[in-house]
Amino acid sequence: MPAGLLGIEELDRAEIEAILARAKDFQPVQSQTLKKLDQLRGKMIVNLFYEASTRTRTSFEIAAKRLGADAISITASGSSVSKGESLVDTLNTLAAMRPDAIVMRHAASGAPHFLARHLPTPIINAGDGTHEHPTQALLDARTILDRRSRLEGLKVAIIGDIAHSRVARSNVHLLSKFGVEIVLCGPASLLPVELAQLAPGVRLTTDICDAIREADVIMMLRVQLERQHEAAFPASEYFQFYGLRLEHMDLAKPDAIVMHPGPINRGRELSSEVADFSRSVILHQVENGIAVRMAVLEKVIG
Amino acid sequence: MPTVIVIRNGRVIDPASNTDRVADVLIVDGRVVGVGPNLPSSKAEVFDATGMIVAPGFIDMHVHLREPGFEHAETIESGSRAAAAGGFTSICCMPNTKPVNDSKTVTSYIVEQARSKAAVNVFPIGAITKGSGGEELAAIGAMKAAGAVAISDDGLPVMNARVMRRAMEFAKSYDLPIIQHCEDLNLSAGGDMHEGAPSVRWGLRGIPAASEDVMVARDLVLAQLTGARYHVAHISTRNAVAMVQYARRNGLPATCETTPHHFSLSDACMVPYDSNYKMKPPLRSPGHQQAVVEGIAAGTISAIATDHAPHAGSDKMQEFERCPFGIIGLETAIALALEELVAPGKIGLSRMVELFTTGPEGVMRLGRGTLAPGAPGDVTVFSTDISWTYDVNQSPSRSRNTPFHGRTFRGGPMATIVNGAIAWKR
Repeated sequence: MPAGLLGIEELDRAEIEAILARAKDFQPVQSQTLKKLDQLRGKMIVNLFYEASTRTRTSFEIAAKRLGADAISITASGSSVSKGESLVDTLNTLAAMRPDAIVMRHAASGAPHFLARHLPTPIINAGDGTHEHPTQALLDARTILDRRSRLEGLKVAIIGDIAHSRVARSNVHLLSKFGVEIVLCGPASLLPVELAQLAPGVRLTTDICDAIREADVIMMLRVQLERQHEAAFPASEYFQFYGLRLEHMDLAKPDAIVMHPGPINRGRELSSEVADFSRSVILHQVENGIAVRMAVLEKVIG
Repeated sequence: MPTVIVIRNGRVIDPASNTDRVADVLIVDGRVVGVGPNLPSSKAEVFDATGMIVAPGFIDMHVHLREPGFEHAETIESGSRAAAAGGFTSICCMPNTKPVNDSKTVTSYIVEQARSKAAVNVFPIGAITKGSGGEELAAIGAMKAAGAVAISDDGLPVMNARVMRRAMEFAKSYDLPIIQHCEDLNLSAGGDMHEGAPSVRWGLRGIPAASEDVMVARDLVLAQLTGARYHVAHISTRNAVAMVQYARRNGLPATCETTPHHFSLSDACMVPYDSNYKMKPPLRSPGHQQAVVEGIAAGTISAIATDHAPHAGSDKMQEFERCPFGIIGLETAIALALEELVAPGKIGLSRMVELFTTGPEGVMRLGRGTLAPGAPGDVTVFSTDISWTYDVNQSPSRSRNTPFHGRTFRGGPMATIVNGAIAWKR
């Protein structure tokens, strides 16, 4: 199997630390006048997105270009998928054009893992179903470390639709490897008890106040209506019980930060005031996305 | 000139006639004539079974032969040849063909195809409802007259309890067993594997054990109400086994089977996102797997059936959630029973033979499963110590979907004799 990046679960701590350190090197590049480097000059990256995405696709494309690589983006609606070609045939076709890596997002959990067993090209997972979204967890860790000296000993609350969240799974795997105390919180129907076995240091609660109390980091998740196959929770009262409001911040550590992988739904999982408040780092996460993806692309094909 | 075959000097295990001794088996013109020492063999074909086990022909009461309608995945001919290579002399095929076997026409077609092309005895199972749609009862009496030996909507459980009650009443009046694939489709909707720690870890939607338990509970109540001979297909959960055991102790004519993969594997053995581990019911947790093994040892589970479910390679080469359910299993069943049940001492050899002979015979009543004089000349010869490696690319089946490819087994089938003729030998 070629070396790509399929998930956080199979990475060890040293590999994660190396990516995060390299991403820090790339941070200043983002605010330079001339942003283009040449580490990946002559390389070709294909972004294959089977699911709608603005920030991740753009972020990977910019990251590739800032490293001097060529990047093309394909969305499923405009491709042979609509002509009934199977996933493995589409990928074999793309692989025959010899890209150096395929960045892939797919609605089916494990789609990149399945393909990696049959393809010679490295695959970078840009989100697979409800499984993993490794670069999101890496950029989240980078963002936390921009404000804290270390991850060890922090308390991180992840709140929302955990069952359907690939962001939550990748973050749990990453944070657990660094000894973070992780609290997962959401309505019981979106919080399967087996999540507690995902990694060491994970605790579950259905009480948002319990989750936030003394937290250093509060990660809010989008309510993913498109992944819910049934009414798992009465939508009308979601915000009342699981929406983050300014008054909740009094329970957390005084310097606690609020994160969100985006896109945010104001008034559903967090109030507009929280989204815009001084310790919300949502846009900083987006900015770090490019530096982290540069580090990942360099590691995979550099 | 009579056709004579002698199976010489094997250890004959025939639980139906309480036999376990080294002897010869003599078959003349397709019927067993006798079991005993030094039977005459002049002008007879001789199979030397020294060091091997000689048993009544094994019955697999639950296979999918895909014909008519899905001949790219399997045919009656190819599936029956896989059965012979797995040591089975009789197989019962489920009705989820295209068209569904819900009529005398389709039943007769299967019987005719089998007569001209099959390597082993093939017995069709008719649908419970038209098109297995779960609403209107199929032509059960006509199918029985054409050769159907049971009814089932396998794969599409009868969700409507009133329809199931009526079906049981008909099954009882026609003296047919009614076989249910137990799955509450509302509880299992969209699931791709057992609901548990691995499904949550991999972000795959779960099929809870409760979806099986709920259906078994409902059906046992209906079986009590109607008196039908009710059989649970491929049982896989602790509660379901316990409920069948309770029903049997209370005198209900309820039975159940399990599959080699459900007693051999659990979700802890799965290769992530490999569709060769995707089937219904799903591989359960190790605790459920253990309960299945205990159910076999305790006698609650009376039959091993493979649920041989061929799918073409292209159908299984997809995203896990898009792949169809099921694996092939005819050729690995005996080896798995020997390795997972007999070798570790969970059951003895004689009990294992029962699970493939008198067990399914008790449900299906095919008039087989014994070597008593006058019985059909179906014999399964197997070895408990031959070492062999399963290469699915050599399989007579048209499909390749198995998690056991490349596994080296100790023990396996050696020869399959159907109606007095050698259908396969190693």
